[in-house]
Amino acid sequence: MAWFKKTRQPIKADRASRMPEGLWVKCPGCSRVLYKKDLGGTLNVCPRCAHHFRIPATERLGTLLDHGRWTEHFAGLASTDPLQFVDTKPYRDRLAAARQATGLEDAVIIATGRLDGTDVVMAAMEYGFIGGSMGIVVGEKLTRAAELALEQRHPFIVVSCSGGARMMEGALSLMQMAKVSAALARLDRAGVPFISILTDPTTGGVTASFAMLGDLNIAEPRALIGFAGPRVIEQTIRQKLPEGFQRSEFLLERGMLDLIVDRREMKSTLALALRFMGAGAARRPAGNPAAPPPLPH
Amino acid sequence: MPPDTLDFEAPIAVLLREIEDLSKLPSTPERDRAIEDLRTRVESIRIDLYAHLRPWQRVLVARHPARPTVLDYVSHLFADFIEIAGDRRFADDRAIIAGLATYKGEPVLVVGHHKGGGDTAQKIQRNFGYARPEGYRKALRAMKLAEKFGRSVVVFVDTPAAYPGVESEERGIAEAIAYNLREMAALTVPIVVVVHGEGGSGGALGIAVGDRILMHEHAVYSVIPPEGCAAILWRNAERKVEAAEALKLTAPDLLRLGLIDEIVPEPPGGAHADGAAAAALLDEPLERALRDIGALDPDTRAERRYQKFRQMGSVGITGE
Repeated sequence: MAWFKKTRQPIKADRASRMPEGLWVKCPGCSRVLYKKDLGGTLNVCPRCAHHFRIPATERLGTLLDHGRWTEHFAGLASTDPLQFVDTKPYRDRLAAARQATGLEDAVIIATGRLDGTDVVMAAMEYGFIGGSMGIVVGEKLTRAAELALEQRHPFIVVSCSGGARMMEGALSLMQMAKVSAALARLDRAGVPFISILTDPTTGGVTASFAMLGDLNIAEPRALIGFAGPRVIEQTIRQKLPEGFQRSEFLLERGMLDLIVDRREMKSTLALALRFMGAGAARRPAGNPAAPPPLPH
Repeated sequence: MPPDTLDFEAPIAVLLREIEDLSKLPSTPERDRAIEDLRTRVESIRIDLYAHLRPWQRVLVARHPARPTVLDYVSHLFADFIEIAGDRRFADDRAIIAGLATYKGEPVLVVGHHKGGGDTAQKIQRNFGYARPEGYRKALRAMKLAEKFGRSVVVFVDTPAAYPGVESEERGIAEAIAYNLREMAALTVPIVVVVHGEGGSGGALGIAVGDRILMHEHAVYSVIPPEGCAAILWRNAERKVEAAEALKLTAPDLLRLGLIDEIVPEPPGGAHADGAAAAALLDEPLERALRDIGALDPDTRAERRYQKFRQMGSVGITGE
């Protein structure tokens, strides 16, 4: 008999949470085999363990906007690859492949529609497009969306799903953090609601800009949310991170989120929040958006 | 190799060693002339090397341990500096300093990252310039003081990145940076930013929203360090040289992309070769920036700052 029992678990591979193709799918949360058609009825949430499968941006908009209908804006904006970036393959090829795979020009859809009868401007990020990364097109579209929301005084809702800033557009990507945040400053000063919804994953420059700036920051359960990636932190501290670190529940406990909401309750929760905020938005005068009032001290 | 000589400075290092050897000999007119000749050659090689730096070499220069720190610039160019500490929330982060100072007779606020310079104890104390959430919150608190009293803000940027550690995440590093980006966009007092060393992604930008962005000749400003980019895209951190080329992180690149306003020249051999000369070269662009920006009324200034960041990226977008 061995004196010592091996108690350490082997390091588990990161769980894949994208929806695989096929009729059946195994839930990464509880390992139950689920019929895909059934999952559609629960908004791609496992009926047994409430694991939230990652969903495409179009599906997201469909679950949140009335009758699954919306008008898309700025859909034609596309990157010209301003740095002519090449790593192991040209960025142009990556862009072409992502366009082919998603049918989108870049990693966000800007939509106007109604949420429980309220007109809203909504942005949904598409993880399938180069990890939902924010480059110049995502930054420009989000800024235009915020400006549209300001002009129409409609609430602005962004559903984040992104690995952060897009490396292949260099410092141009970085500056989008400041650009979108500046547009949100105007929204804030004008009293127009901004709600940030954080889904798995929301990291890097997206978290460190608009995703943390909501009047309400709402996350789906167990979403990975953070600034530095877990592997970078592990390299810094030279230790394995504890289970649950940088998950929604961890951030809520640390005071960074207002609430965690199951996808199946998200729309009704947003409707209630908008009712609270709506009165404030309607009462305040539009003012001159070019000249935000100075900060109160 | 003599200390503080970078890899690509090997031709200089050889000559410096010769000079050192010669200096140990008794002084004769021949020896002195030989040393003088070698010194002249070192200078001309140095000027030549620094005129043709590759992006990765600029990264090394920007990270040079003897590169002037924010406090070096303060001591050369500013008077009456009083450092102020703490975010009034959790702690004082020594990786970002803030203080009241006088520049050309006018009170200003100075904010900047500090990596700790060449001194190991100070590097540790300042966490090598990796700021935590409380650093960003201190910076904004100080800038709101400047806003309250109508004083200009001068920001010095030099950080590898925001600190990627457990406590950073626990205390909301992302929120701290995000909030700074939003609030700095809305400040009405003049903000002049000087990227004088390493502009390390969100950790740099978190205090770097301003009306005019100056960048030193050999400074770098990037969305990710070249090593990190190489590790992710090439799956090999050793491809950092290629990553540095691809990322377009040099001052001329950023000027061309419309992300900075002006390049601040450095003395021959880089700012670390002569801190006083580097400060003297910053003086005129800094004074001019503060004068130009200060002459605008607050509404115009806020609008221009908005439009300045608003146009960033337009160079690379097509379609409607």
